[in-house]
Amino acid sequence: MSDVAGDVIAIIAKKKRVDKPTVELSDRLLDLGLESLDAVEMIFDLEEKFDIQIPYNANTNNPRTEFETVGDVVAAVEKLVAQKTS
Amino acid sequence: MTGVHRVVVTGLGAVSPLGHTVASYWDGLKRGNSGLGPITLTPANDELTQKVAAEVKDFEPLKYFAERQLSTLDRVSQFAVVAAREAVAQSGLSFDMALSVRTATIVGTGVGGQTTLDESFRRVYLEKRTRVFPLTIPKLMANAPASQVSMDCGLRGPAFGVVSACASATHAIGLAFHMVRGGMVDCAVTGGAEACITFGTLRGWEAMRVMSPDVCRPFSKGRMGLVLGEGAAMMVLEPLERARARAANILGEIVGFGMSADAADLTAPDLGGMVRAMQGALDDAKLNPADIQYINAHGTGTAANDETETRALHQTFGPHAQRLAISSTKSMVGHALGAAGGLELVATLLAVRDGIVPPTIGYLERDPACDLDYVPNEARAVAIDAAVSNSFAFGGLNAVLAVKKFS
Repeated sequence: MSDVAGDVIAIIAKKKRVDKPTVELSDRLLDLGLESLDAVEMIFDLEEKFDIQIPYNANTNNPRTEFETVGDVVAAVEKLVAQKTS
Repeated sequence: MTGVHRVVVTGLGAVSPLGHTVASYWDGLKRGNSGLGPITLTPANDELTQKVAAEVKDFEPLKYFAERQLSTLDRVSQFAVVAAREAVAQSGLSFDMALSVRTATIVGTGVGGQTTLDESFRRVYLEKRTRVFPLTIPKLMANAPASQVSMDCGLRGPAFGVVSACASATHAIGLAFHMVRGGMVDCAVTGGAEACITFGTLRGWEAMRVMSPDVCRPFSKGRMGLVLGEGAAMMVLEPLERARARAANILGEIVGFGMSADAADLTAPDLGGMVRAMQGALDDAKLNPADIQYINAHGTGTAANDETETRALHQTFGPHAQRLAISSTKSMVGHALGAAGGLELVATLLAVRDGIVPPTIGYLERDPACDLDYVPNEARAVAIDAAVSNSFAFGGLNAVLAVKKFS
């Protein structure tokens, strides 16, 4: 597992609202029970952790459905991190 | 006076992104003018993601205040006092000592002196200055607008600020209405004020991820969120007997006030809370749903509010919801937070008086989740006997006022 994956999992694990001991890359975000404000806080934590900008408007975006799994979030963050350093 | 009185409005004042008087505000609303534009009030606006707001434009404090008085007034209190002076002047009242001690001053604000707060933080944290201006605290306190109106107009009765985010002004006016109706006071000067377009506050709103990048399109398909506004609206309330006895020009009647708390999510709107507040206002007014012709909606332009408010209107008004004219004046003046309910009640009172419903501008096309008549883009002549103004705040605090044409 990449460093990014470990950090993303740690951030999502803090926001989940279901009683599940671990967060896996294959977990679906909807199944982790994130609420609307949890998603906003998750985006903030990801931006702060990786010093990236994630375009996101709560009126038109829903990260809980746009990204199906935790692995999808990891891939999106890895892409933004790569863009920053390239 | 004691007992239960009918409560009428005899003076209105407004400082808005469409002008510094009620006349310019109402004229702009009827024309469907947009008060939105590029942000100019913050010194570092290039850094902000948010580029637009509905600012009160060309507001020159020295036109209204001597320099000495100005050093005590945050922008929010300047707006409140200018609007209060206009309302009091229109009412024709002069507050001799007997009336002064029986007049309430109740003014809502979301936060208070945000410009003062931002400037003093900038001095101490960024510029590493060791002192701030001596009147920083009394300028930024949330009761400053109420205190300044009371001092400027010489009002010595019950006076305080009311704080409920986007419903502050509506809670303030509702409380003043009940105080006059119940005979606790003989007159009230009430409303709301906000001046929230500061760098730090805008950063906070950006972080909520609910801001529209360009325009505010309440209830429309393609809406992308809210746009911040600012300003103040104030009004003079008095018992009908007093207004009649002095042959005052009566602008309208406030007849009902409903409040509720969601006790649920901090920011997500709640259907039940909205319905209970609207039903409460109708019950307080002894009005039936079918008695209402116009709704000045909370209509922030966020996906969640507009859909939930539409469902709440269906639930409260039943089949009559289809016949209501509904508009969001926030499409023209942005969301002035603690002032919003005041500006919107002024619009509602004038819509009832003139039989003209201001439009919801920026409306593109129907959203299946918002399936009512939002008076898109152009004002409409509608004979109105009674209307309702909605305010639903962050924190799940809801306040709704009902007004009637005075006859």
